[in-house]
Amino acid sequence: MSVIQLENVSRAFTVTSRTGLRRTKREVRAVDNLSFTVGRGEVVGYIGPNGAGKSTTIKMLTGILVPSGGSIRVAGVDPSRNRMKLAKRIGVVFGQRTTLWWDLPLKDSFAVLQKMYGVSRARHAENLATFVELLDLGDLLDVPVRQLSLGQRMRGDIAAALLHDPEIVYLDEPTIGLDIISKARLREFLAQVNKDRQTTIILTTHDLDDIEALCSRVMVIDHGHKVYDGTLTGLRSSQSAPRTLVVDLAASLPPITIDGATVTKVDGPRQYLTFPTTTSAAPLVAQIAATYPLQDLTIAEPTIESVIARIYANPAPVTD
Amino acid sequence: MEVYWAIAVRSFRRFSTYRIATLSGAFTNTVFGFIFCGVYLTLWHTRPGLGGYDVSDALTFVWLQQGLLAPVGIFGATTTVELGERVRTGEIAVDLYRPTHLMLWWLSVDAGRAVFQLLARGGAPLIVGALVFDLNFPSSPMQWLAVAVAVALGILVSFGIRYLVALSGFWITDSRGVESMALVLSLFFSGAILPLVVFPGWIGEVARATPWAATLQVPIDVWLGRNPGGVGSALAFQLVWIVVLGLAGRMATVLATRKVVIQGG
Amino acid sequence: MAESTSLRRAMAWPGQYRMLVMMWIRSSLAYPASFALTLVSTMLITGTDFVAVVLMFSHIESFGGFSLGEMGLLYGTASMTLGLADLATGSIERIGQRIRTGELDVWLIRPVPAFIQAVADNFALRRLGRPFQAGLVLVIALGHIELDWTVAKGIVLVVSMLTGSIIFGAIFVLGAAFQFISIDSAELANSFTYGGQQLTQYPLSIFGKDIVRAVTFIVPLAFVNYYPVLFVLGKPAPLGLPSWIGLLAPAVAVAMIALASVAWRGGLRRYRSTGS
Repeated sequence: MSVIQLENVSRAFTVTSRTGLRRTKREVRAVDNLSFTVGRGEVVGYIGPNGAGKSTTIKMLTGILVPSGGSIRVAGVDPSRNRMKLAKRIGVVFGQRTTLWWDLPLKDSFAVLQKMYGVSRARHAENLATFVELLDLGDLLDVPVRQLSLGQRMRGDIAAALLHDPEIVYLDEPTIGLDIISKARLREFLAQVNKDRQTTIILTTHDLDDIEALCSRVMVIDHGHKVYDGTLTGLRSSQSAPRTLVVDLAASLPPITIDGATVTKVDGPRQYLTFPTTTSAAPLVAQIAATYPLQDLTIAEPTIESVIARIYANPAPVTD
Repeated sequence: MEVYWAIAVRSFRRFSTYRIATLSGAFTNTVFGFIFCGVYLTLWHTRPGLGGYDVSDALTFVWLQQGLLAPVGIFGATTTVELGERVRTGEIAVDLYRPTHLMLWWLSVDAGRAVFQLLARGGAPLIVGALVFDLNFPSSPMQWLAVAVAVALGILVSFGIRYLVALSGFWITDSRGVESMALVLSLFFSGAILPLVVFPGWIGEVARATPWAATLQVPIDVWLGRNPGGVGSALAFQLVWIVVLGLAGRMATVLATRKVVIQGG
Repeated sequence: MAESTSLRRAMAWPGQYRMLVMMWIRSSLAYPASFALTLVSTMLITGTDFVAVVLMFSHIESFGGFSLGEMGLLYGTASMTLGLADLATGSIERIGQRIRTGELDVWLIRPVPAFIQAVADNFALRRLGRPFQAGLVLVIALGHIELDWTVAKGIVLVVSMLTGSIIFGAIFVLGAAFQFISIDSAELANSFTYGGQQLTQYPLSIFGKDIVRAVTFIVPLAFVNYYPVLFVLGKPAPLGLPSWIGLLAPAVAVAMIALASVAWRGGLRRYRSTGS
């Protein structure tokens, strides 16, 4: 069952630039003819370079921004027409700015949100207890938000976004600026929420570890177009980024010669060979084992960073 | 000295980027100018020659006052408000460890702001006022020079007061209260709500002796040529307050520095 | 069907507003001493205007045909209405800043109208200083006015405080709506709000017929307090207008609400379709 549906959605902005006294207006398409669906309980990583159209998409999905073309359904309604009705069914975390009240203690923000979203007292208490425990918020409840560290504030923000049991949560850069431990804890928490509550999560991030840890599906957007939609593994192979074969020989040897692979680095008895994704590793391994004193070997997948970098460098629109 | 010049220039540039805000500010000043003109026309019509001003003196007072409110910082100024905020948050420690004098540093920042606001906001209401009403202008180059000096000194006096108010946060926990009390005094004794020449009896005498009188009333009187003891004594009056406030500011800086160094903030 | 849901939604607004406001009141009362100090200084700051009037009266007996007591009534009503409007809606003047920091986006993802959140934002109880001070002036002024009070006059005076506050409130909202077009124009609205209070604390006839026409037919500030006060004091209205013109204040207030509502919605629609 799909909870988010976009059909040929576009959002154009008019940019006015001034040169001397002359004003020129020009239309920029932040999102261009974008279509996708997201099923209930999916965790989708939504990535792309700055200015690719990520925030514009999220703003349209929440109903803040009205699309200039196409149709959007979120939880069965048109977000821009039913913004406030939809608000109770979604949660949003903006990584760069807080949705909490800056000068008030964390618990006051939570109390206001309970009333604002019309959450029953019992349910609120239950959720709050869960989040306080999982996100370790106990000592922070009486602290004014402005005094919280970035990581503490983010935990507060995520709890705030989830207190009203939203069906869909949009997280915009939730781990930006956090230390490694906080990041790991946050990812663990989100995975838990997704598992326990079947919450659909849309995650925009620059940190690809977030995606590896959480997302079953990745969408890549560039210049307002969707350039990839599929699994992380698929993303890797789609770009035919070379894989690496790390070979440990019995002795230090000059670079070995193998058909279909080339040595890129020699480090004592260890040699690194790259080969295209399209080639199967098995015949290569057989070849090496037959010719050289092979002791051990591993195959390294291309890093996701290198894959994404290749997509941005030569975008190839996918066909669904 | 170069560093202070650079700071002032940077501050000038910063304020020059607030174009729409500057424009709306000048518009507001102009609207208030017309309101005060209506009020003063009625007042001086009922009592011609009140406080030694004739009608065109009173109207000129209005437009000069509206032009000077922002540059002099009668309602406070962004710069010294930010200084007060830095004292409250403790960020001031960074400023104290710089190899520059704290007071001169902030004076330069404030000077850059004042010069910009004087150029951008000072003239606009005056021009509008002069188009509608018959206003008085200085008649000799010497008087123009005296006006320029008096305005500059007025800004210095105002800075001296605002600097002390901002630094009060070192010793008073709720320095925002001090800020609002300073605002009351500034509004009341500078001539911002009514020319001090209209203040009756001893209230008038007290008001005209305060440092706030030196910020707005005195420069305007220099322009009008209405200083009771002449221009020389008016400028001397301003200078006395600059010396007093300068010394007090210096002392406060030394004490604040000691406090930060000893107690670590 | 749609009518009834939007009505039901509108019925929730006062409750939502109260909830947000209570939160800010609680937080400002957390430091009672500091709150008392700012309240007193707000009273003093806003009171300096009337001190100026009192000082003027050390030289004159009447101002534009008004005695000091009558000036107190004009001042008190002008300051009271602006004070109440500022208390209830004044926060909305920071909307430009909220757009720039992205806070408006946060308001838009919540199930409460952005307008309610904008007027309740950082609700400052210390703004009560102005109405307190105005109330004090009013009480003293009413003690100094010789007047044959009737029930009708009493009702007109009380109702005019409410409608005057609404007119000023609508001007705050109009100024905020304009910030959707020009984000740095916050101070522009001051000309009409604080400037309007400054203007209406004096008998408007002193400003000349053109100004009286402008504040009657263009920006209806004359209905905030001037015409109702003229009615109460039994003074003739300027421009040959009928003396009961002050009774139209409620109608003007309703028209201003309609105008402000259209402008705010228009501004928000523009924001939501341009993203800026």
